[in-house]
Amino acid sequence: MFQGHSLKTAAGRHVSMTRFGAPMPRRDPPLPLLEVQDLEVAFATDAGPLRAVDGVSFAVDRNRTLGLVGESGCGKSVSALAVLRLIPNPPGRITAGRVLWKERDLLRLPARQLPAIRGAEIAMIFQDPMTSLNPVFTIEQQLGEVLRIRFGQGRRQARARAREMLATVGIADPDRRLQNYPHELSGGMKQRIMIAMALLAEPDLLIADEPTTALDVTIQAQILALIRELQQRTGMAMVLITHDLGVVAGVCDEVAVMYAGRIVEHAPSAAIFENSQHPYTRGLLASIPRKGRRKESRLATIEGVVPSLLEPPPGCRFAERCPRRRELPEADQRRCRQVDPELLPVAGTPNAAACHYPCSGERR
Amino acid sequence: MQPMTEPAAPPPPLLDVRDLRKHYPVRGGLFATQQATVKAVDGVSLRVRPGETLGLVGESGCGKSTLGRTIPRLEDPTAGEVYFAGRNLAEARGRELFALRRQIQIIFQDPYASLNPRMTVGEIVREPLAVHRRGRRADQQRRVAELLELVGLSADVSDRYPHEFSGGQRQRVGIARALTLEPKLIIADEPVSALDVSVQSQVLNLLVELQERLGLTYLFISHDLSVVEYLSDTIAVMYLGKIMEIGPARAVFEAPAHPYTRALIEAIPEPDPRRRVRHAPVRGETPSPINPPSGCVFHTRCPYAVEACRGVVPPLEAVDPARRGQADADDLHRAACIRKDEI
Repeated sequence: MFQGHSLKTAAGRHVSMTRFGAPMPRRDPPLPLLEVQDLEVAFATDAGPLRAVDGVSFAVDRNRTLGLVGESGCGKSVSALAVLRLIPNPPGRITAGRVLWKERDLLRLPARQLPAIRGAEIAMIFQDPMTSLNPVFTIEQQLGEVLRIRFGQGRRQARARAREMLATVGIADPDRRLQNYPHELSGGMKQRIMIAMALLAEPDLLIADEPTTALDVTIQAQILALIRELQQRTGMAMVLITHDLGVVAGVCDEVAVMYAGRIVEHAPSAAIFENSQHPYTRGLLASIPRKGRRKESRLATIEGVVPSLLEPPPGCRFAERCPRRRELPEADQRRCRQVDPELLPVAGTPNAAACHYPCSGERR
Repeated sequence: MQPMTEPAAPPPPLLDVRDLRKHYPVRGGLFATQQATVKAVDGVSLRVRPGETLGLVGESGCGKSTLGRTIPRLEDPTAGEVYFAGRNLAEARGRELFALRRQIQIIFQDPYASLNPRMTVGEIVREPLAVHRRGRRADQQRRVAELLELVGLSADVSDRYPHEFSGGQRQRVGIARALTLEPKLIIADEPVSALDVSVQSQVLNLLVELQERLGLTYLFISHDLSVVEYLSDTIAVMYLGKIMEIGPARAVFEAPAHPYTRALIEAIPEPDPRRRVRHAPVRGETPSPINPPSGCVFHTRCPYAVEACRGVVPPLEAVDPARRGQADADDLHRAACIRKDEI
């Protein structure tokens, strides 16, 4: 089974998955900052338990950005919420796995110790800032609360720090904005406030769930540039959850592609875009209308629908829709349908793919 | 010099919008008196030839959806003309308006909100036929089956309810309903924005196929430039109620003349890991439409703005100086920027 942070290269050396950019020989590796192992999350439904996340492992280190990508319902947001134990229970429940954070398992930590980590060591921003900003408090009150809880700062000190951070995230006239209520601000401004709030805590890890999806493209470009700049300055680690492969390419060092509750491919960003190994990743990339594409040539599509997570098929979850499977001999097709593929390295590539017959190259 | 033989005249435009305006009063205060005016659409002119797609792009609040609703008179225009197949929709009344509107149909963004959850898919697609009293019930049902197959659903789904379908399938139902009365013009307002990419590409392919088979004309409204580039023959870029640039899709994308168009194109996140995010192409946010900037409405965010941009409202003029005189040519690439020739 794929171990999250440890992979063998083609040459047989161990490398750290979290240092995809610069593979290094492994000697007594330090633990990555965050390591998620075999995470499973189920939701109770009338039709039985729905396994939204089914055995997901990933890791991320300081200065690095991991992209979790996939289409709606693939489990990317649920995975991120589970890291902070924010899954609403009932109906949801983390049924298995470990979330190792600085050598502790967050899933087994006493609940009273969580607030010291959430919003402090690990901060999270969501797609819709209105769900995270309290409508009855001013921006100053909300930013000040972070500083009071995290650093025990007094009002005057907190105000100065909050004003400084608002300027950093590109908000003009920060003194006036501190006195505003959330409804008085535009969507782009609220998202900047959310980022300011997350960063005021000086987190070691930022989990950003579709942080720019609701924003206009010019504002999205501003927010992404801001996040990158702040990351370079502070060295924080980041998990970016998005459906937008363009955003992933612009920001992430490595990418985990999710499908039906599983990671189906995990690779350095360049290897995902230039030499993806899983047919689902290839299908996703081919269906985006890219610059210069005209209607005279049809877009690629992925026929069919995602299987039900109430009763997932026994073999590969993508097999039913997979164009590559259809080209295989009958016996191989049977294997796709019946044997669940593990996420394993693909020889000759830096990619790991959960596919019996990866697109170029052999599985070892 | 006159050419020896006249080239074949292009077909007259199916849709010819002239200086259209839609202003909304902003009321407030003790007696709800009018405090200000929002110029949601402020002097828009454009033409769409039969069988072609005009892509209307812009960010939130630019007026593109208001324009899409004012053209078929879901909103009454404040001023201007909308010629559809030669007749002025802006002035049509009663029966004439009813008949003209039948030829213009709209596809909406949210396939979850735009279908009545209490009606079966068959009833939803049949309803326009009933409203317009077209044919007998058996004929109508035959037409429904035909339409469902045309959009890639099977005829036997007609007894099912919208909640039984995925987002992409619902959008197909929305498209079938729009096609029921054999319209000439389809106004599609962000029809694929709520869909996942793999489903989005299916719906885009369907729209292209239907256009080829049925000779449809599209006004395609979207914030997504990649989608618009893929579908459109002509592109119009809107900002704060005005058209900033309009022209053949290739010209607008390959040689954008307006700084705003350039910024929009540069801001598209490309699925290419060699293009890392570095800096944002423009600063700041779209100003409030209640109090838009003087002169060129984009000057507050424009990296090329000079003093003159504050004072002069730039006319929408041909980008190619050799063609400046040809006010009426449909293939003209125009931009509303006083510095379009120097930047």
